Amino acid sequence: MQSATATPNDEVLTSADGTPLQVALARATRKAKWRAFWLVAPLLLFIIITFAIPIAQMLYRSVHNTAFSENMPAVGEYLRNNDITDVPGEAAFAALVSDLITARENKTIGSVATRMNYEFPGARSQFTGSARKAKRLEPPFKEALIAIDKDWNSKHLWNVMKRASNPIGGSFYLAAVDMRYDENGNAVRVDAKKRIYVPLFVRTLWLSALISTLCFILAFPVAHLLATLPLRYSNLLMIFVLLPFWTSLLVRTTAWIALLQGQGVLNDVLVGVNILDDENRVQLMYNQAGTIIAMTHILLPFMILPLYSVMKSIPPTYVRAARSLGASSWTAFWKVYFPQTIPGIGAGVLLVFILSIGFYITPALVGGSSGQLISNEIARHMLQSLNWSLAAALGGILLFIIIVLYWLFDKLIGVDNMKLG
Amino acid sequence: MAKLPAYTTFGERVWHYTYLFICGCIFLFLVAPILLVIPLSFNAEPYFTFTKEMLSFDPAGYSLRWYDRILTHGMANPEIERGAAWWKDTWENGQWLHAAKNSAIIGISATLLATVLGTIAAMGLSRPEMPFRRVIMGLLISPMIVPLIITATGLFFFYSKTGLAHTYIGVIMAHATLGIPFVIITVTATMVGFDHSLSRAALNLGASPITVFREITLPLILPGVISGALFAFVTSFDEVVVVLFVAAFDQQTIPRQMWNGIREQISPTILAVATILVIFSILLLTTVELLRRRSERLRGISPA
Repeated sequence: MQSATATPNDEVLTSADGTPLQVALARATRKAKWRAFWLVAPLLLFIIITFAIPIAQMLYRSVHNTAFSENMPAVGEYLRNNDITDVPGEAAFAALVSDLITARENKTIGSVATRMNYEFPGARSQFTGSARKAKRLEPPFKEALIAIDKDWNSKHLWNVMKRASNPIGGSFYLAAVDMRYDENGNAVRVDAKKRIYVPLFVRTLWLSALISTLCFILAFPVAHLLATLPLRYSNLLMIFVLLPFWTSLLVRTTAWIALLQGQGVLNDVLVGVNILDDENRVQLMYNQAGTIIAMTHILLPFMILPLYSVMKSIPPTYVRAARSLGASSWTAFWKVYFPQTIPGIGAGVLLVFILSIGFYITPALVGGSSGQLISNEIARHMLQSLNWSLAAALGGILLFIIIVLYWLFDKLIGVDNMKLG
Repeated sequence: MAKLPAYTTFGERVWHYTYLFICGCIFLFLVAPILLVIPLSFNAEPYFTFTKEMLSFDPAGYSLRWYDRILTHGMANPEIERGAAWWKDTWENGQWLHAAKNSAIIGISATLLATVLGTIAAMGLSRPEMPFRRVIMGLLISPMIVPLIITATGLFFFYSKTGLAHTYIGVIMAHATLGIPFVIITVTATMVGFDHSLSRAALNLGASPITVFREITLPLILPGVISGALFAFVTSFDEVVVVLFVAAFDQQTIPRQMWNGIREQISPTILAVATILVIFSILLLTTVELLRRRSERLRGISPA
């Protein structure tokens, strides 16, 4: 940038304006750094607002729930200041009754009752029912409330209320891994029959692994063919890979419904050529098979493209050299060609695995009940059961899994080496 | 097909043809479901399979009634004579047209936003002196990796607090976020082959940085920018989950409408819409392919 006009006598080289060259260089580098940074800054700000903050908010939501602490201030205050060793005395019950009355007047009793019901089954009707009668109650409130519902005399319930009086807590994460607090406040696993989420996470990971494997098995020969054929053929065949890649996800899912459902094309063909009886049509849709087939089809291009770009860079002379040195075609493939494709395999398998863990649309449409993944459960809690904190906690766990995989992907392949099309 | 060398043994020949057959089956698996949708959408009956009439190529087995349904679905009076009033009705009330208009508005705005911000950022990211390059790149690419359901959940909480829920701006911002990684990836990939001495020469000759960008850089990286924009557009055009979580009926898009159609009243109208979308994706694919070749030509990497 600046021209150095150093005189032979000077020990320090300086630039035209007399600053030492080292300082001038550092200044110029810093300036260039800032210039590069300012180009990125608007986008960075945008992504932080529309992506990072919302996700941070979701994570905050998963440990922060004010439904109880905000709407039951008096009893909340009592619980924060006192330890619960047994069912508390009259003071706590008086505070509880006054809170129940105000919560009913403010119409917030419903959300309090729902919040309690997550951890103490039966609490919904207990809270709403007691709140309805609270206004007519006379002291001593403890006996009066217990007369309405004997669960008020439960130490477990008071422990639950004690935990809920603090808006920050990990109880939703505990629920998301099929655990709960028992009467003594210890974290224990729920009954084997009631475990939902851990099996669902296991199923999601297992199906994703299966789909990645299937994609790999199907992609490898195709990518190899595309990479070894002369360009004019392979460019033509590439359309077969790129057309699904560019086609809408919903279109492809619809296509599979038309093809695979009980009265669909495949079953009709099988019945038509007498392989199947009309009564014994195979159910390939609305179950796990539907999810696996449709997702394999949708994610296959994501495996073929990275494999293809790696295979394209392997010189064909290596295999020929191996052959001419006496290797059988299998040995030449296995010892010489295959090891060179491993970076492509790594990229493809990880990409497909990451994408399939978070799949929602396809399982929701073709998965029936046995083909649902963890995303579907998050959506159910968001849109139907409205247990947003639990949805956020499940999302937090899913996000953690994805971040670990993404970190692995970056370490092994590097995000800046990702190619499209 | 490449000729097999003379030294190939019989077993290898058999394997070679088996291999070609396997590849053929996989290609069939890739495109058959998509292509199958096209004839099925002309079914005269409300079935998702081929009827006897269709298989015997009887004209009575085919009809355009499901394409007609696309226009009439949601109309106030679909029965009136097809004149100006009918077209006005379908334009104003037709649900698929409503969805198509929304998809276009949201898709184009989100693409513009993503492309402008993404291209500028990619210019910075491809400079060697960019600080924290790896971390920032990782953050900017992450909307592509983080499951949509998580992004949508986060946006649901964020938008309901900031009042952006059920607004066009909210959906557009969310879709731009999802499209940005694609713009970044394609533009930085194009910048790899970019000769920085060209812009330095222009600066040296007295051009302002903006002129340099407009006259030198942009024309050279344009193919990358356009294909990034197309990726961003397709991402928005195909996106359901965020729309499901943060949009109201007013912002209903085509995929959202298809989602309803598949979940509720499944009819071959869906197949007709799917056919139109397949043709649309063929057009997109052709454009991207032409752009890619042009870019290779411009950068002097000619295909063999």
